[in-house]
This record gives sequence, structure tokens and C-alpha cells, in this order.
Amino acid sequence: MTRLPGSYPLALLIALFALVPVGVLVSLASDTAQLFDTHNLKVLGNTLALMGLTVLGSILIGVPLALLTAYVYLPWRRLWLIVFAAPLAMPSYIGAFTLYAAFGPGGEINHLTGIPTPGFYGLPGAALVMTLYTYPFVLLTTRASLLGLDASLVNAARTLGMSLGMSLWKVVLPRVFNGIAAGALLAALYTLSDFGTPAIMRLDTFTRVIYVEYNAFGLSQAAMLSLQLLVIVGLVLFLESRVKATRERPGRRLTLWPSRWQVNALLTAALPVPLLSIVLPLAIFGLWLVREGTGGFEFSYAWNSAYASFLAAVVAVVLAVPVAHAAVSGKAGRLMERVTYFGFGVPGIVMGTALVYVGLKLPFLYQTLGLLVLAYVLRFLPLAVGSVRSSAESLDPSLVKAARLLGASPKEAFTRITLPLTLRGMIAGAALVFLEAMRELPATLLLGPTGFETLATYLWRVYEAGYFGRAAVPGLLLVLMSGLGLALMLTGERRGEFDVTEDSKR
Amino acid sequence: MLSVHNLSVDYGSTRVVDKLNLALADDEILMLVGPTGCGKTTILQALAGLIPISEGEITLGAWRASAKKPVPPEKRNVGMVFQDFALFPHLTVQQNVCFRLKDTALADHWIDLLGLSALRHAKPATLSGGQKQRVALARTLAHEPVFILLDEPLSNLDAALKDNLRWEIRHALKTAGVPALWVTHDQEEALSVGDRVGILNGGKLEQLDTPETCFCEPASRFVARFLGEASFIPGKLEQGRVVTAIGDAPGTPVDGATGEVDLLLRPDDVALTPAGAAGNGAVTWARYEGGTRLFAVNLDDGTQVKVRVSHEVRAEPGSRVQLKVITTHPLAVFNRE
Repeated sequence: MTRLPGSYPLALLIALFALVPVGVLVSLASDTAQLFDTHNLKVLGNTLALMGLTVLGSILIGVPLALLTAYVYLPWRRLWLIVFAAPLAMPSYIGAFTLYAAFGPGGEINHLTGIPTPGFYGLPGAALVMTLYTYPFVLLTTRASLLGLDASLVNAARTLGMSLGMSLWKVVLPRVFNGIAAGALLAALYTLSDFGTPAIMRLDTFTRVIYVEYNAFGLSQAAMLSLQLLVIVGLVLFLESRVKATRERPGRRLTLWPSRWQVNALLTAALPVPLLSIVLPLAIFGLWLVREGTGGFEFSYAWNSAYASFLAAVVAVVLAVPVAHAAVSGKAGRLMERVTYFGFGVPGIVMGTALVYVGLKLPFLYQTLGLLVLAYVLRFLPLAVGSVRSSAESLDPSLVKAARLLGASPKEAFTRITLPLTLRGMIAGAALVFLEAMRELPATLLLGPTGFETLATYLWRVYEAGYFGRAAVPGLLLVLMSGLGLALMLTGERRGEFDVTEDSKR
Repeated sequence: MLSVHNLSVDYGSTRVVDKLNLALADDEILMLVGPTGCGKTTILQALAGLIPISEGEITLGAWRASAKKPVPPEKRNVGMVFQDFALFPHLTVQQNVCFRLKDTALADHWIDLLGLSALRHAKPATLSGGQKQRVALARTLAHEPVFILLDEPLSNLDAALKDNLRWEIRHALKTAGVPALWVTHDQEEALSVGDRVGILNGGKLEQLDTPETCFCEPASRFVARFLGEASFIPGKLEQGRVVTAIGDAPGTPVDGATGEVDLLLRPDDVALTPAGAAGNGAVTWARYEGGTRLFAVNLDDGTQVKVRVSHEVRAEPGSRVQLKVITTHPLAVFNRE
């Protein structure tokens, strides 16, 4: 009596297509003899150390900020939340680049003020940068959990004679453990796949070593390292799937009303975070722009970025529609959707390595824009799928039924009801993919056709060549893209995470 | 004319609707009532062609649908009014009502008749619940269905609104002269609005008859309890009269009940008078309802009887009272359980 939804065959095809990179890497890595050596062990140690420190740091910053933005009555609450969550939208290599250039002997701060500052490089530098750009994951997930708690438990603890601090520690934090863990695992995942930061900080993590191997024509060794990295990513993803959001009976939200000086003290204590992660990059790029102008920058870089990203956005949304509809239709469809999410877990450098090999095997793809667009699509398809799916889910199924009963054929119901009502989600999905692709660095470095310079790759060349000043225009444009991405999150489906006026309903 | 023959619907291995038989006259309103999960909504969806059926046959005018030969919903010319209204959020009231109409005269007719003229260009999100339901009704009627299904059309509205809208919908359906199947879980709505009432239990139709018959001569204890307050007291049926501890009354046997029986008493079939130390029962609880009071009285043989009397009669919980059957019309009599 059940008929297979029409979107299944297409969705299955797209899901299988999303698995191509792994297949490629396995066949590529089987050529190499070197499974593991002492250098590998050091890379593994570095990667895990960076991940551990970043997770620790993002919890130390993210949890207090979550408490602050969820419970404390602040003037301009929404603005503060946006400020604290904003680093999420910035690519961390921007931060790594500017922090590296600002601090240390001969850095911009030393140069301008004469004050000697310690330099940021290696493990501490990379961990600091990664923390500054991943703590918003912890902030947002923890905050969502905090908003789901009933205030009366804290109030009960306080009327029983427990201090506020102790009640937060003993009554609140144990109940948001899963929220913190979910955010921490996202931070870990982001750290594992990030290429720019360890590369700029000169820390030999998997992503940096893969790039080095690739440049030394050790493609199969790069593939082996990629697979090892994927195993760690898989472990983190597995842990993440085990973390279940705990649901409590919703109640009134706790609000704390500190005195004015307490508010000022709290905000002052929190201020270094946005100063380092947002204000500093803007200041450094601004400084370079003033000092060196727009020299060396060509408009074609921005055009190339936009062109490739636009193609990726269109293709991703076209592919996302059947997958999203399959996901809403049934269990098997949800599984297919999960499979397409795989690309999100694959670090850009790994995706790049896999597709370079595909290009070598299929010469008509080698060094073409198509291959780069393919990499973007495989990586960012989940963003489009998620966006289209959530708008398809919020579509009341009785609307389509009503249209059918009024005499519309399935096709007419789709074009007159389903399509117009999910268009918003499709545009939002395309915009998300576009903005992510604009900022993508490692896969673009590996797959961009010769002479095809984008904003991100130009920034990288500038860093490699040491002409830091030339980074001003591409840097500012990338920050602008990040700002647009943030604005999109604020207006789109993730608005709930930023909503301070109402209790969390999710 | 709609006719449903041996209709069954399964969800997996669970039978949700079991061999349903129905026939509807040309402008008849049939109310389907039953507790949550009795299969009411499933029946509507099956009639509309929104879910597959596993057995039986549905015939309406020119088409005939069976498990083997389904007819797609858009080919059935059946109208449906949804519980959650299902108004298209991106279209205005006017566009919703005219969804597939070339000639909008009929749409204007219903928009005016249901008092929606001022809201023609409003989007559904700005309407109140009652207005949304009127738009949904106008949209359904304007498309000239040969048969209308209403899926708990009032359950999302507040009580004050329900009462009026109930009659407005009935009036509109009668004006259009279309037969309708109206699903509800509200027994009061079922008894007052429908021409006939069908009571469902576990996917089976327990009784299908006029509201009066269903209420006064329920086919089962389930129907008796579902359609209002029901007390059962033991008695003996002799030559058409039931003799009980609190008086006797004419009896109508259900399922050929004879001898030792249970008599169905509605709260208004019994009189209650405060009785000092004597009397035949004690008040368990009393509820003040405004014009009336509802008492639960435990008779001396342990049976509980609910009695509704004028608010002027007062009796405190624990006090002794005298109950007496005062009805003159025949009461339903069931076999002793």
C-alpha cells in the first residue's frame, strides 16, 4: 500500500555521489606503503593537542558568555549576543593571519607603539586563534540549553540558602552538560578540518602536512594522511551523534538583574574576546589599506570568487531539492540526507586531495573550474539541504492535501503551493553556500585552475610571499562576506538561536 | 449520493477502520463522533483519497474507488475543511477562495455570505481563528464539491466562538445543499448540529441513527456513556416496566434484555429531595452549575447515580437524600454485566 516517494531515486544518486571522495582516497592511499611512521605520530600529537586546547578554551570562554547572554539582564542584549556570536561567521585564517602579523617582535603593534609583545605561533598561537573562532559553537548550544531550563529550580536553591554562584554550578551546569558537549564537539570538528590557522601558525597538524605532501607530489601519502584525519573526524562525529539534547519541562526563564557596576565589570571582562577576534583583524586590514592602498589587487580576484561560488550555490540548491524532499518523505530518505551531510565532515584539504586525484584520472576535468565547483558542492551541499529541508518541513502537509482536494494535480500543487512556500529556504540555502564558498581556502588552493586567483587564495599568496600589506582589500572583502553570512543567519532559519526576547521554543 | 461499503483501512498491521458501511442522502449532515484514536480522521482521509484503503468500496456520483482502483483526490470532487484550516499562507483570502476558479461569481457569493468581504485582501496570518475557518469553508464551498468532509472544524477555536460558528456552518451547508460528513469529538456538537449521528469505537461504527435515538436508545453502554452523563442502576424488567430501588419506569430493552437488568438513567430522569436521617442514599459530591446543580449520590446498595436538579435544591456532601425516578418516557435497559 505504500508507494516510494518520487524523489527517492534522485536523492539516492546524489547521496552516492557524496561518497565519491572517500572511495577515491581509499584507492589512492592503497598505493602507498607508509601507513604510519614517527613523523605521523608527531602530527597526530599536534592535531590532538590543538583540538584538546581549543575545546578547553572554547568551553572556558563559551560557557560564561552563554550564562551572561542567557540569564543576565543587559542593556542591548541582542546586540551583545550578536557581537559574541559573530566570530562564528569569520574564517579563522583571517584571525590567524592578522594576529600573526600584529603581535611579536616586528609585528604591527610593536611597530606602531614600540611596546614589545609576545608573538603568536606554534601550538599556543594556533590554539588561541581556534578558540577565538570556535567558542561561539559552545556559546550557542549552551545558551539554547540554558534557555530551556526552568528558573524555579535555581530560585528554589537560592531560597534554600545556596549562593547564586553555587546554584549555577550545582543546579544549572549539570543540566546543560549535553549542550556544552555538543558545542565542544562542533569546535573539535572545526579545529580538525581547519587548514589556514595551523598553516599560518606553522603547526604541523594533519591539514598542514597534507598540503605539504601534496606540494611535494606525494599525492598518495597525502591521501593516507587524509584517511587518518577522516578516522578522527569520524570518531568525533560518532561522539556527536551520541550526545542527545536533554529535554526538560519548559518553564519561566531565569533573569538576573545585577547592579550597573556589576554589568560593566562583566562586559569589561568579556570585551577582550571580540576585541581580538573582530576588532583586531579590522584594525590591521584598515591600517594596511591606509598605509599601502589597493596595490596589487585586481578586481578579477573578487569576480573569480563570486563566479565560482555562484555556480556552486546554484548547483547545490538544485541537488538539495530532491534530497530535502526525500528527507521529509520517509526513513530511507532521511538516511540519504544523512549521507549527503558527510561532505561537511570532510575537511576542505581532504576534499581537495581527493578531487585532484579525480582530475588526474579524468583529464577532461583536470584544472577546470568544474572540479572546483564540484568540491564546493560536495562540501557545502548540507547547508543547502538543511535550509531547503527546514522550509519543506515547516510546510503544513494539509496545504498540499487541500490543494489536491480543490482539484489540483500533484504537479499543480507543487508549482502553486510547495514551490512558492519553499522558495525562501532555497534562496537562503544558496546564499549560505555562496558565502561559505567565497571564504573557502584549502580546496580552492588545490583545485583552482592555474591563474585562477580568488580572494582567499590571493590572501594566502600574500602571506606566503610576505607582502602582508597587500592583504588589506581581500581581507576586508572576506570580513564583509562574513558579515553578510552573519546577517543571513540572523534573518534566516537560525534566528531562533539569537532570539533574546522570547523563551527558546525549540 | 455517497455510499461506503465495507471500508477498511490498515496502518501496517493495525486495523484502524473496520468494515465501515455508510450512505448519505442528498443534503444530509452526518456527524461522526468517537474518542481520540477511534479512526474518525482516518475515515475522512480515506474518503478524500489522501490515504490508501485496504478493503471495500467508496462510490460517489460518477466515480467508484476501491483498494485496487484508487481515485486520486483531485478527481473526486470532494471538499474538505481541515482542523488547522490549511489556508495557503502566501495567498490572500480572495486568492485562497478562488484557488482553482475561473468564474469568481460563486466565490464572491460565499465571501459575502460568510461575512468576509472586508477581509478579501488580507493574508491568512492576520486573521482570527473564526475568520480562518470561514475562509476555509468559503474556499471549499466555492469549488462546488459534490460532498464535503469536515475534520473537527471547531476544535482549534475557543468555546465562545464555537457555538455560533457551528450553526453558521450548518446553515451554509444546508444553503449549498451539499451532503457533509462532519467529524468531531464533542458529543454536544454531534447531537445538536447533525441530521444523523454515527458513534465510532475502535474503528467500528457502534450506532448510526438520529441524535434522539442515539441519546435515548443507545445501542451499547459505550454509546450511552459517550453521549452524556450515564448512570446504570440494577432493576427487574417485567411486562415493559423496570422496577428499581428508587422507583419504576417504562423500559426499552437493548439486545433483548430481560429479567435482571441495568437501567440507563440520565441526570434529568431522577428527582432529588433532602431527607434528613431517612432517604435512600447519601450525597458524595455536589457541583454548582449556575441554573442547576449536579449531584452524585451513593445509593444504599452501593450504586452511584448522577442527578441534575434546580439550583434551589441544596444538599451538602454526606447528607441523606431521597431519589426517585420521575421520567415517563421509556428508558433504555441493558443486560446485567
